[in-house]
Amino acid sequence: MKALAALICGLMFGAGLALSGMTDTAKVLGFLDLFGDWVPDLAFVMGGAVAVTTVTFTLVLRRQTPVFAQTFSLPQTQAIDGRLMTGAALFGLGWGLYGYCPGPGLTALIYGHTGTLAFVVSMFAGMWLAARWQQGRSS
Amino acid sequence: MVNQFLPPLAGGLLIGLSAVLLLLLVGRIAGISGIAWNAVSGAADNGWRWLFLLGLIGGGAIYHWISGTPAPAPNPAGWPLAAAAGLAVGIGVRIGNGCTSGHGVCGLGLLSLRSLAATAAFMTTGVLTVFVMRHVLGGGA
Repeated sequence: MKALAALICGLMFGAGLALSGMTDTAKVLGFLDLFGDWVPDLAFVMGGAVAVTTVTFTLVLRRQTPVFAQTFSLPQTQAIDGRLMTGAALFGLGWGLYGYCPGPGLTALIYGHTGTLAFVVSMFAGMWLAARWQQGRSS
Repeated sequence: MVNQFLPPLAGGLLIGLSAVLLLLLVGRIAGISGIAWNAVSGAADNGWRWLFLLGLIGGGAIYHWISGTPAPAPNPAGWPLAAAAGLAVGIGVRIGNGCTSGHGVCGLGLLSLRSLAATAAFMTTGVLTVFVMRHVLGGGA
């Protein structure tokens, strides 16, 4: 049941991304073009999604356990440090360069565009590099 | 005017609903970068992650198939820029522990100040990058 639930959640997420316009780099870059010909549409994506999560997450977390798993796995880190800000800033730079964040990049693979494939392969390479670097620092 | 905002709003609500169901049913945060990295790096209890990612890709396909909406035009920027962007995104989301979904959609839902700071940071550099690419360099996407 847990696996089926994850599949259905993924389907909803992917359909939501395609419906919202997040898989269209022209719209994403237009949205980020605040000082140019701003396209406000995608503000409604984040707005709609965050409206749902802020209202419902607290309700869900009143439960002792999730429905199909033993425990809730929530992020424990709370620090707002240089690492967080550097990482987020670098991520935003990549997002603004091409117009994809990780989710839409993956969903857009079905369009079969060469650029998307290059983006996704490179994204995993970047994750691998960062993970290696972090391992090197902690050991 | 109203119509133009309806698909983004509906899409956003669907994304939010997906995040809530994943938390309620599986007990997990719908952070795409974390799910994708843990799936490929072979974390324990990985089945749900691969199925979520399968759904993420399949969901887009099903949407276009049912609605008859054509696929968006490819980004006119070439693959080298796409690869450079992907590298920055990949490194950034690992170092910063999350992306638009984990910090944005879910982190803000958890009322996390850490996620708010991260979201403000990536929105700012995203806007700045587009500004530089379009209005300073004049080229780019």
